[in-house]
Amino acid sequence: MAKIQITTTVNGDERELLVEPGWTLLRMLRDELLLTGTKEGCSNGNCGACTVILDGRTADSCLVLAAEADGREVTTVEGIAFGAELNVVQDAFMQDASMQCGFCTPGFIVSTTALLRGNPAPAEDEIRLGLAGNLCRCTGYDKIVKGVQDAAASLEKQGARL
Amino acid sequence: MADFEFAAPVELDEALRLLSGTPGSRPLAGGTDLIDQLNAGRRTTGLVVDLKRIPVLMRLDVDGDGLHIGGARSCTDVQQHSAVRADYAGLAEACGLIGAVQIQNRAAVAGNVCNAAPSADTIPALISLSAHAIIRSQNGTRDVPLDEFFIGPGQTVLNDGEILEELVLPTPPDSSASAYLRFIPRNEMDIAVAGVGSYLEVDPNSKVITRARIALASVAPTPVRAREAESHLEGKVLSDEVIDEAAALAPNSASPISDVRGSAEFRLELVKVLTARTLRKCAERIG
Ligand SMILES: Cc1cc2nc3c(=O)[nH]c(=O)nc-3n(C[C@H](O)[C@H](O)[C@H](O)COP(=O)(O)OP(=O)(O)OC[C@H]3O[C@@H](n4cnc5c(N)ncnc54)[C@H](O)[C@@H]3O)c2cc1C
Ligand code: FES
Ligand code: FES
Repeated sequence: MAKIQITTTVNGDERELLVEPGWTLLRMLRDELLLTGTKEGCSNGNCGACTVILDGRTADSCLVLAAEADGREVTTVEGIAFGAELNVVQDAFMQDASMQCGFCTPGFIVSTTALLRGNPAPAEDEIRLGLAGNLCRCTGYDKIVKGVQDAAASLEKQGARL
Repeated sequence: MADFEFAAPVELDEALRLLSGTPGSRPLAGGTDLIDQLNAGRRTTGLVVDLKRIPVLMRLDVDGDGLHIGGARSCTDVQQHSAVRADYAGLAEACGLIGAVQIQNRAAVAGNVCNAAPSADTIPALISLSAHAIIRSQNGTRDVPLDEFFIGPGQTVLNDGEILEELVLPTPPDSSASAYLRFIPRNEMDIAVAGVGSYLEVDPNSKVITRARIALASVAPTPVRAREAESHLEGKVLSDEVIDEAAALAPNSASPISDVRGSAEFRLELVKVLTARTLRKCAERIG
Protein backbone atom coordinates (compact mmCIF):
# COMPACT_ATOMS: atom_id res chain seq x y z
CA MET A 1 0.00 0.00 0.00
CA ALA A 2 1.13 3.52 -0.69
CA LYS A 3 2.48 5.26 2.36
CA ILE A 4 0.74 8.37 3.65
CA GLN A 5 2.56 11.51 4.68
CA ILE A 6 1.50 12.86 8.06
CA THR A 7 2.59 15.69 10.32
CA THR A 8 2.27 14.94 14.00
CA THR A 9 3.49 16.75 17.09
CA VAL A 10 5.19 14.14 19.26
CA ASN A 11 6.32 15.24 22.72
CA GLY A 12 6.30 18.84 21.56
CA ASP A 13 8.27 18.32 18.32
CA GLU A 14 6.58 18.51 14.95
CA ARG A 15 7.46 15.38 12.98
CA GLU A 16 6.87 14.60 9.32
CA LEU A 17 6.44 10.91 8.79
CA LEU A 18 5.56 8.41 6.09
CA VAL A 19 3.24 5.75 7.50
CA GLU A 20 1.43 2.76 6.09
CA PRO A 21 -2.37 2.79 6.47
CA GLY A 22 -2.19 -0.49 8.39
CA TRP A 23 0.25 0.76 11.02
CA THR A 24 -0.97 1.48 14.50
CA LEU A 25 0.20 4.57 16.34
CA LEU A 26 1.97 2.18 18.73
CA ARG A 27 4.03 0.74 15.89
CA MET A 28 4.89 4.20 14.58
CA LEU A 29 6.06 5.37 18.01
CA ARG A 30 8.14 2.30 18.76
CA ASP A 31 9.52 1.25 15.38
CA GLU A 32 9.77 4.55 13.50
CA LEU A 33 10.44 7.05 16.28
CA LEU A 34 12.17 4.55 18.60
CA LEU A 35 10.10 5.80 21.52
CA THR A 36 10.12 2.43 23.20
CA GLY A 37 8.79 3.66 26.54
CA THR A 38 5.33 2.96 25.16
CA LYS A 39 4.87 -0.80 25.59
CA GLU A 40 2.93 -3.42 23.68
CA GLY A 41 1.10 -5.82 25.97
CA CYS A 42 -2.13 -7.20 24.57
CA SER A 43 -2.51 -5.24 21.27
CA ASN A 44 -6.27 -5.16 21.78
CA GLY A 45 -7.11 -2.37 24.19
CA ASN A 46 -7.23 -4.37 27.38
CA CYS A 47 -3.93 -3.76 29.20
CA GLY A 48 -3.13 -0.05 28.79
CA ALA A 49 0.65 -0.64 28.47
CA CYS A 50 0.51 1.39 25.23
CA THR A 51 -1.32 4.39 26.74
CA VAL A 52 -0.43 7.80 25.28
CA ILE A 53 -2.05 11.22 25.48
CA LEU A 54 -3.66 12.13 22.17
CA ASP A 55 -4.94 15.72 21.91
CA GLY A 56 -5.21 15.94 25.70
CA ARG A 57 -6.89 12.61 26.36
CA THR A 58 -5.51 9.15 27.00
CA ALA A 59 -5.82 6.50 24.30
CA ASP A 60 -4.52 2.99 23.79
CA SER A 61 -2.08 3.55 20.92
CA CYS A 62 -2.58 -0.07 19.75
CA LEU A 63 -6.15 0.91 18.79
CA VAL A 64 -5.27 4.10 16.90
CA LEU A 65 -4.01 4.12 13.32
CA ALA A 66 -0.80 6.07 12.80
CA ALA A 67 -2.54 7.91 9.96
CA GLU A 68 -5.20 9.17 12.40
CA ALA A 69 -2.50 11.14 14.24
CA ASP A 70 -2.05 13.52 11.28
CA GLY A 71 -2.31 17.08 12.60
CA ARG A 72 -2.74 15.88 16.17
CA GLU A 73 -0.58 16.02 19.30
CA VAL A 74 0.81 12.91 20.94
CA THR A 75 2.55 12.75 24.32
CA THR A 76 4.31 9.55 25.35
CA VAL A 77 5.89 8.65 28.66
CA GLU A 78 9.14 10.13 27.30
CA GLY A 79 7.38 13.49 26.95
CA ILE A 80 5.93 13.49 30.43
CA ALA A 81 9.16 14.18 32.29
CA PHE A 82 10.51 17.74 32.29
CA GLY A 83 13.74 17.14 30.41
CA ALA A 84 16.00 15.19 32.76
CA GLU A 85 13.70 15.91 35.70
CA LEU A 86 11.02 13.36 36.54
CA ASN A 87 7.45 14.51 37.04
CA VAL A 88 5.81 14.03 40.46
CA VAL A 89 4.10 10.85 39.34
CA GLN A 90 7.37 9.25 38.26
CA ASP A 91 8.99 10.38 41.52
CA ALA A 92 6.20 8.99 43.68
CA PHE A 93 6.18 5.66 41.79
CA MET A 94 9.93 5.36 42.52
CA GLN A 95 9.60 6.33 46.19
CA ASP A 96 6.68 3.93 46.74
CA ALA A 97 8.10 1.10 44.61
CA SER A 98 4.85 1.10 42.63
CA MET A 99 6.27 -1.48 40.23
CA GLN A 100 7.92 -4.87 40.06
CA CYS A 101 8.73 -5.97 36.50
CA GLY A 102 7.89 -2.45 35.33
CA PHE A 103 6.24 -3.44 32.06
CA CYS A 104 2.95 -1.76 32.94
CA THR A 105 4.62 1.27 34.53
CA PRO A 106 4.87 3.69 31.57
CA GLY A 107 1.15 3.18 30.88
CA PHE A 108 0.26 3.76 34.52
CA ILE A 109 2.40 6.91 34.64
CA VAL A 110 0.74 8.34 31.52
CA SER A 111 -2.76 7.47 32.78
CA THR A 112 -2.01 8.86 36.25
CA THR A 113 -0.65 12.09 34.78
CA ALA A 114 -3.83 12.54 32.75
CA LEU A 115 -5.98 11.61 35.77
CA LEU A 116 -4.30 14.16 38.05
CA ARG A 117 -4.52 16.86 35.39
CA GLY A 118 -8.30 16.48 35.44
CA ASN A 119 -8.68 15.72 39.15
CA PRO A 120 -5.68 16.79 41.29
CA ALA A 121 -7.07 15.20 44.49
CA PRO A 122 -8.82 11.95 43.54
CA ALA A 123 -10.39 9.65 46.15
CA GLU A 124 -9.20 6.04 46.21
CA ASP A 125 -12.18 4.75 44.23
CA GLU A 126 -11.66 7.52 41.66
CA ILE A 127 -8.02 6.41 41.31
CA ARG A 128 -8.97 2.77 40.88
CA LEU A 129 -11.68 3.62 38.34
CA GLY A 130 -9.42 6.10 36.52
CA LEU A 131 -6.73 3.42 36.15
CA ALA A 132 -9.06 0.52 35.36
CA GLY A 133 -7.79 0.49 31.77
CA ASN A 134 -4.25 -0.33 32.95
CA LEU A 135 -3.44 -3.85 34.04
CA CYS A 136 -0.57 -4.93 36.27
CA ARG A 137 0.30 -8.60 36.65
CA CYS A 138 2.77 -8.07 39.50
CA THR A 139 1.95 -5.53 42.17
CA GLY A 140 -1.63 -6.20 43.24
CA TYR A 141 -2.26 -2.47 42.60
CA ASP A 142 -2.04 -1.26 46.22
CA LYS A 143 1.42 0.26 45.79
CA ILE A 144 0.31 1.87 42.55
CA VAL A 145 -2.65 3.49 44.29
CA LYS A 146 -0.29 4.67 47.05
CA GLY A 147 2.03 6.14 44.39
CA VAL A 148 -0.87 8.08 42.89
CA GLN A 149 -2.00 9.34 46.29
CA ASP A 150 1.53 10.48 47.13
CA ALA A 151 1.90 12.18 43.76
CA ALA A 152 -1.37 14.04 44.42
CA ALA A 153 -0.15 14.99 47.91
CA SER A 154 3.15 16.39 46.64
CA LEU A 155 1.32 18.38 43.95
CA GLU A 156 -0.80 19.92 46.69
CA LYS A 157 2.23 20.63 48.89
CA GLN A 158 4.04 22.33 46.01
CA GLY A 159 0.88 24.15 44.98
CA ALA A 160 1.72 22.83 41.50
CA ARG A 161 -0.26 21.37 38.64
CA LEU A 162 0.88 18.71 36.25
CA MET B 1 -2.59 -5.78 9.89
CA ALA B 2 -3.62 -6.61 6.33
CA ASP B 3 -3.27 -3.91 3.68
CA PHE B 4 -5.93 -1.30 3.16
CA GLU B 5 -6.14 2.29 1.98
CA PHE B 6 -6.95 5.11 4.40
CA ALA B 7 -8.85 8.35 3.89
CA ALA B 8 -9.85 11.09 6.32
CA PRO B 9 -12.30 13.35 4.43
CA VAL B 10 -13.63 16.56 6.00
CA GLU B 11 -16.97 16.51 4.17
CA LEU B 12 -19.76 14.00 4.61
CA ASP B 13 -20.43 13.89 0.84
CA GLU B 14 -16.82 12.92 0.18
CA ALA B 15 -17.02 10.13 2.79
CA LEU B 16 -20.23 8.83 1.20
CA ARG B 17 -18.65 8.94 -2.26
CA LEU B 18 -15.58 7.01 -1.06
CA LEU B 19 -17.63 4.41 0.81
CA SER B 20 -20.07 3.79 -2.02
CA GLY B 21 -17.27 3.63 -4.60
CA THR B 22 -15.29 0.94 -2.76
CA PRO B 23 -17.10 -2.33 -1.98
CA GLY B 24 -16.14 -3.69 1.43
CA SER B 25 -14.90 -0.34 2.73
CA ARG B 26 -15.42 0.50 6.41
CA PRO B 27 -16.19 3.75 8.21
CA LEU B 28 -13.93 4.36 11.23
CA ALA B 29 -15.15 6.16 14.34
CA GLY B 30 -13.11 5.44 17.49
CA GLY B 31 -11.65 2.23 16.11
CA THR B 32 -11.93 0.33 19.40
CA ASP B 33 -13.86 -2.44 17.67
CA LEU B 34 -12.70 -2.04 14.06
CA ILE B 35 -8.93 -1.77 14.57
CA ASP B 36 -8.95 -4.79 16.86
CA GLN B 37 -10.99 -6.75 14.29
CA LEU B 38 -8.59 -5.78 11.47
CA ASN B 39 -5.55 -6.52 13.62
CA ALA B 40 -6.78 -9.95 14.61
CA GLY B 41 -7.80 -10.78 11.03
CA ARG B 42 -11.48 -11.12 11.97
CA ARG B 43 -12.31 -8.54 9.33
CA THR B 44 -10.62 -7.38 6.13
CA THR B 45 -11.24 -4.23 4.17
CA GLY B 46 -9.87 -2.39 1.15
CA LEU B 47 -10.49 1.09 2.53
CA VAL B 48 -10.90 2.65 5.97
CA VAL B 49 -12.65 6.04 6.02
CA ASP B 50 -12.03 8.05 9.21
CA LEU B 51 -15.21 9.96 10.12
CA LYS B 52 -13.82 12.11 12.93
CA ARG B 53 -12.80 15.09 10.78
CA ILE B 54 -16.33 15.58 9.43
CA PRO B 55 -17.96 18.34 11.52
CA VAL B 56 -21.60 17.11 11.27
CA LEU B 57 -20.52 13.70 12.54
CA MET B 58 -18.96 15.35 15.60
CA ARG B 59 -22.08 17.31 16.57
CA LEU B 60 -23.41 17.05 20.12
CA ASP B 61 -26.18 19.51 20.91
CA VAL B 62 -29.82 19.93 21.86
CA ASP B 63 -32.43 21.64 19.71
CA GLY B 64 -36.21 21.44 19.23
CA ASP B 65 -35.94 17.82 18.02
CA GLY B 66 -33.98 16.73 21.08
CA LEU B 67 -30.41 15.58 21.61
CA HIS B 68 -28.23 15.07 18.52
CA ILE B 69 -25.22 12.74 18.81
CA GLY B 70 -23.06 12.78 15.68
CA GLY B 71 -21.89 9.48 14.21
CA ALA B 72 -18.31 9.83 15.45
CA ARG B 73 -18.76 11.53 18.84
CA SER B 74 -17.04 9.80 21.77
CA CYS B 75 -18.60 8.26 24.85
CA THR B 76 -16.49 10.60 27.03
CA ASP B 77 -17.94 13.67 25.30
CA VAL B 78 -21.48 12.35 25.53
CA GLN B 79 -21.13 11.33 29.15
CA GLN B 80 -19.71 14.73 30.15
CA HIS B 81 -22.36 16.78 28.32
CA SER B 82 -24.53 18.66 30.83
CA ALA B 83 -27.82 17.97 29.02
CA VAL B 84 -27.02 14.26 28.85
CA ARG B 85 -26.31 14.15 32.59
CA ALA B 86 -29.48 16.07 33.38
CA ASP B 87 -32.02 14.56 30.98
CA TYR B 88 -30.58 11.28 29.67
CA ALA B 89 -29.05 9.75 32.80
CA GLY B 90 -29.38 6.16 31.52
CA LEU B 91 -27.24 7.03 28.49
CA ALA B 92 -24.62 8.79 30.65
CA GLU B 93 -24.46 5.67 32.84
CA ALA B 94 -24.01 3.37 29.85
CA CYS B 95 -21.27 5.56 28.29
CA GLY B 96 -19.37 5.48 31.59
CA LEU B 97 -19.29 1.68 31.47
CA ILE B 98 -17.66 1.16 28.05
CA GLY B 99 -14.23 -0.28 28.81
CA ALA B 100 -12.18 2.24 30.77
CA VAL B 101 -11.06 5.84 30.28
CA GLN B 102 -8.77 5.14 27.29
CA ILE B 103 -11.59 3.30 25.50
CA GLN B 104 -14.34 5.84 26.32
CA ASN B 105 -12.12 8.66 25.06
CA ARG B 106 -12.11 7.06 21.59
CA ALA B 107 -15.23 4.88 21.36
CA ALA B 108 -18.18 6.58 19.67
CA VAL B 109 -21.73 5.94 20.82
CA ALA B 110 -22.59 5.40 17.14
CA GLY B 111 -19.68 2.94 16.86
CA ASN B 112 -21.15 0.93 19.72
CA VAL B 113 -24.48 0.95 17.86
CA CYS B 114 -23.07 0.04 14.41
CA ASN B 115 -20.86 -2.73 15.78
CA ALA B 116 -24.15 -4.19 17.05
CA ALA B 117 -22.83 -6.57 19.70
CA PRO B 118 -25.81 -8.05 21.59
CA SER B 119 -23.96 -7.00 24.76
CA ALA B 120 -23.38 -3.36 23.72
CA ASP B 121 -24.09 -1.14 26.70
CA THR B 122 -25.31 2.08 25.10
CA ILE B 123 -27.97 0.38 22.97
CA PRO B 124 -30.55 -0.50 25.68
CA ALA B 125 -30.14 3.00 27.13
CA LEU B 126 -30.66 4.58 23.69
CA ILE B 127 -33.69 2.40 22.88
CA SER B 128 -35.28 3.14 26.26
CA LEU B 129 -34.86 6.85 25.47
CA SER B 130 -36.59 6.36 22.06
CA ALA B 131 -33.51 7.13 19.96
CA HIS B 132 -33.75 7.30 16.16
CA ALA B 133 -30.93 6.55 13.73
CA ILE B 134 -30.51 9.06 10.92
CA ILE B 135 -28.87 7.12 8.11
CA ARG B 136 -27.21 8.84 5.15
CA SER B 137 -26.14 7.52 1.78
CA GLN B 138 -25.58 9.05 -1.63
CA ASN B 139 -29.24 8.28 -2.35
CA GLY B 140 -30.58 10.29 0.56
CA THR B 141 -31.54 10.03 4.21
CA ARG B 142 -33.64 7.55 6.14
CA ASP B 143 -34.84 7.67 9.72
CA VAL B 144 -35.04 4.34 11.58
CA PRO B 145 -36.23 3.93 15.19
CA LEU B 146 -33.32 2.29 17.01
CA ASP B 147 -35.38 -0.72 18.12
CA GLU B 148 -35.73 -1.60 14.41
CA PHE B 149 -32.01 -1.10 13.61
CA PHE B 150 -30.63 -4.53 14.62
CA ILE B 151 -31.12 -7.78 12.71
CA GLY B 152 -28.63 -10.15 14.33
CA PRO B 153 -25.36 -10.28 16.24
CA GLY B 154 -23.13 -7.73 14.50
CA GLN B 155 -25.80 -7.08 11.88
CA THR B 156 -27.82 -3.95 11.32
CA VAL B 157 -30.09 -2.45 8.66
CA LEU B 158 -27.10 -0.41 7.36
CA ASN B 159 -26.22 -1.19 3.75
CA ASP B 160 -22.79 -0.78 2.17
CA GLY B 161 -22.16 2.89 1.51
CA GLU B 162 -24.43 4.07 4.34
CA ILE B 163 -23.28 6.09 7.35
CA LEU B 164 -25.08 6.50 10.65
CA GLU B 165 -25.04 10.30 10.53
CA GLU B 166 -26.51 10.86 13.97
CA LEU B 167 -28.65 9.52 16.77
CA VAL B 168 -31.55 11.76 17.77
CA LEU B 169 -33.14 11.39 21.20
CA PRO B 170 -36.38 13.32 21.82
CA THR B 171 -36.35 15.68 24.81
CA PRO B 172 -37.89 13.83 27.76
CA PRO B 173 -40.67 15.67 29.63
CA ASP B 174 -40.18 16.85 33.24
CA SER B 175 -41.76 13.88 35.03
CA SER B 176 -39.59 11.26 33.45
CA ALA B 177 -36.29 9.50 34.11
CA SER B 178 -34.00 6.79 32.74
CA ALA B 179 -31.41 4.38 34.13
CA TYR B 180 -29.01 1.70 32.85
CA LEU B 181 -27.45 -1.16 34.79
CA ARG B 182 -25.52 -4.22 33.71
CA PHE B 183 -24.12 -7.23 35.50
CA ILE B 184 -20.47 -8.24 35.06
CA PRO B 185 -18.43 -10.48 37.34
CA ARG B 186 -15.77 -7.75 37.80
CA ASN B 187 -16.02 -4.06 38.64
CA GLU B 188 -15.14 -2.84 35.14
CA MET B 189 -13.55 -3.86 31.81
CA ASP B 190 -15.88 -6.76 31.02
CA ILE B 191 -18.80 -7.57 28.75
CA ALA B 192 -22.34 -7.51 30.13
CA VAL B 193 -23.77 -10.89 31.16
CA ALA B 194 -27.05 -8.98 31.01
CA GLY B 195 -27.92 -5.27 30.80
CA VAL B 196 -31.16 -3.34 31.20
CA GLY B 197 -32.04 0.21 30.20
CA SER B 198 -35.31 1.63 31.54
CA TYR B 199 -37.30 4.79 31.01
CA LEU B 200 -40.45 5.91 32.82
CA GLU B 201 -42.72 8.89 32.23
CA VAL B 202 -45.54 9.70 34.68
CA ASP B 203 -48.38 12.16 34.96
CA PRO B 204 -47.00 14.67 37.52
CA ASN B 205 -50.28 14.85 39.47
CA SER B 206 -51.71 11.35 39.41
CA LYS B 207 -48.33 9.49 39.11
CA VAL B 208 -49.96 7.30 36.47
CA ILE B 209 -47.27 5.88 34.16
CA THR B 210 -47.86 7.37 30.71
CA ARG B 211 -44.90 5.74 28.94
CA ALA B 212 -42.54 2.91 29.84
CA ARG B 213 -39.62 1.68 27.75
CA ILE B 214 -37.39 -1.21 28.82
CA ALA B 215 -34.61 -2.63 26.65
CA LEU B 216 -32.40 -5.65 27.33
CA ALA B 217 -28.80 -6.46 26.35
CA SER B 218 -26.99 -9.81 26.11
CA VAL B 219 -30.12 -11.96 26.39
CA ALA B 220 -31.07 -12.35 22.70
CA PRO B 221 -29.34 -12.21 19.28
CA THR B 222 -30.15 -8.47 19.20
CA PRO B 223 -31.07 -5.91 21.84
CA VAL B 224 -34.78 -6.40 22.61
CA ARG B 225 -37.60 -4.44 24.20
CA ALA B 226 -39.43 -5.99 27.15
CA ARG B 227 -42.82 -5.13 25.67
CA GLU B 228 -44.92 -7.20 28.07
CA ALA B 229 -43.34 -5.45 31.05
CA GLU B 230 -43.76 -2.06 29.35
CA SER B 231 -47.49 -2.53 28.74
CA HIS B 232 -48.00 -3.83 32.27
CA LEU B 233 -46.63 -0.52 33.58
CA GLU B 234 -48.45 1.89 31.28
CA GLY B 235 -51.73 3.17 32.72
CA LYS B 236 -50.94 2.12 36.30
CA VAL B 237 -49.97 4.30 39.25
CA LEU B 238 -46.19 4.03 39.87
CA SER B 239 -45.55 1.91 42.95
CA ASP B 240 -43.09 -0.69 44.28
CA GLU B 241 -45.60 -3.47 43.61
CA VAL B 242 -46.20 -2.51 40.01
CA ILE B 243 -42.41 -2.34 39.46
CA ASP B 244 -41.97 -5.86 40.85
CA GLU B 245 -44.84 -7.18 38.70
CA ALA B 246 -43.28 -5.65 35.57
CA ALA B 247 -39.82 -6.98 36.49
CA ALA B 248 -41.25 -10.48 36.77
CA LEU B 249 -42.62 -10.16 33.21
CA ALA B 250 -39.38 -8.82 31.66
CA PRO B 251 -37.69 -12.24 31.25
CA ASN B 252 -40.58 -13.26 28.94
CA SER B 253 -39.02 -11.02 26.26
CA ALA B 254 -35.56 -12.59 26.61
CA SER B 255 -34.25 -15.67 24.78
CA PRO B 256 -30.77 -16.04 26.25
CA ILE B 257 -28.16 -18.68 25.54
CA SER B 258 -25.83 -20.32 28.04
CA ASP B 259 -22.15 -19.49 27.52
CA VAL B 260 -18.95 -18.98 29.51
CA ARG B 261 -20.34 -15.76 30.98
CA GLY B 262 -23.48 -17.28 32.43
CA SER B 263 -26.27 -19.80 32.00
CA ALA B 264 -29.55 -18.92 30.33
CA GLU B 265 -31.32 -19.39 33.65
CA PHE B 266 -28.95 -16.98 35.40
CA ARG B 267 -29.48 -14.41 32.65
CA LEU B 268 -33.27 -14.61 33.03
CA GLU B 269 -32.90 -13.98 36.75
CA LEU B 270 -30.55 -11.05 36.03
CA VAL B 271 -33.12 -9.51 33.67
CA LYS B 272 -35.73 -9.59 36.42
CA VAL B 273 -33.42 -8.11 39.07
CA LEU B 274 -31.89 -5.43 36.81
CA THR B 275 -35.31 -4.44 35.48
CA ALA B 276 -36.57 -3.93 39.04
CA ARG B 277 -33.46 -1.95 40.01
CA THR B 278 -33.48 0.32 36.95
CA LEU B 279 -37.21 1.00 37.34
CA ARG B 280 -36.67 1.88 41.03
CA LYS B 281 -33.87 4.24 40.01
CA CYS B 282 -36.23 5.88 37.52
CA ALA B 283 -38.90 6.22 40.23
CA GLU B 284 -36.36 7.81 42.62
CA ARG B 285 -35.14 10.18 39.93
CA ILE B 286 -38.68 11.28 39.08
CA GLY B 287 -39.09 12.01 42.82
C1 LIG C 1 -10.89 -3.11 26.14
C2 LIG C 1 -12.25 -2.90 25.56
C3 LIG C 1 -13.34 -2.86 26.41
C4 LIG C 1 -14.62 -2.67 25.88
N1 LIG C 1 -15.67 -2.62 26.75
C5 LIG C 1 -16.93 -2.47 26.28
C6 LIG C 1 -18.04 -2.41 27.17
O1 LIG C 1 -17.89 -2.48 28.39
N2 LIG C 1 -19.29 -2.29 26.65
C7 LIG C 1 -19.49 -2.19 25.30
O2 LIG C 1 -20.64 -2.05 24.90
N3 LIG C 1 -18.45 -2.21 24.43
C8 LIG C 1 -17.19 -2.36 24.88
N4 LIG C 1 -16.12 -2.41 24.00
C9 LIG C 1 -16.37 -2.36 22.56
C10 LIG C 1 -16.19 -0.98 21.89
O3 LIG C 1 -15.33 -0.16 22.62
C11 LIG C 1 -17.53 -0.26 21.69
O4 LIG C 1 -18.39 -1.06 20.93
C12 LIG C 1 -17.35 1.12 21.04
O5 LIG C 1 -18.44 1.94 21.36
C13 LIG C 1 -17.19 1.06 19.53
O6 LIG C 1 -17.11 2.39 19.04
P1 LIG C 1 -15.94 2.89 18.07
O7 LIG C 1 -16.22 4.29 17.79
O8 LIG C 1 -14.64 2.55 18.64
O9 LIG C 1 -16.26 1.98 16.81
P2 LIG C 1 -15.36 1.60 15.56
O10 LIG C 1 -14.44 0.51 15.94
O11 LIG C 1 -14.81 2.81 14.92
O12 LIG C 1 -16.52 1.02 14.62
C14 LIG C 1 -17.29 -0.11 14.99
C15 LIG C 1 -18.07 -0.59 13.76
O13 LIG C 1 -19.08 0.34 13.40
C16 LIG C 1 -18.84 0.89 12.11
N5 LIG C 1 -19.13 2.33 12.25
C17 LIG C 1 -18.62 3.17 13.19
N6 LIG C 1 -19.20 4.39 13.09
C18 LIG C 1 -20.09 4.31 12.08
C19 LIG C 1 -21.01 5.24 11.51
N7 LIG C 1 -21.14 6.50 11.98
N8 LIG C 1 -21.78 4.83 10.47
C20 LIG C 1 -21.68 3.55 10.00
N9 LIG C 1 -20.84 2.64 10.51
C21 LIG C 1 -20.06 3.00 11.55
C22 LIG C 1 -17.40 0.56 11.78
O14 LIG C 1 -17.20 0.42 10.38
C23 LIG C 1 -17.22 -0.75 12.52
O15 LIG C 1 -17.73 -1.82 11.77
C24 LIG C 1 -14.82 -2.56 24.50
C25 LIG C 1 -13.71 -2.59 23.64
C26 LIG C 1 -12.44 -2.76 24.15
C27 LIG C 1 -11.27 -2.79 23.22
S1 FES D 1 -1.13 -3.06 24.07
FE1 FES D 1 -2.60 -1.53 23.81
S2 FES D 1 -3.96 -1.87 25.44
FE2 FES D 1 -2.60 -3.56 25.59
S1 FES E 1 4.90 -4.31 37.54
FE1 FES E 1 4.84 -6.07 36.31
S2 FES E 1 3.01 -5.76 35.20
FE2 FES E 1 2.95 -4.19 36.60
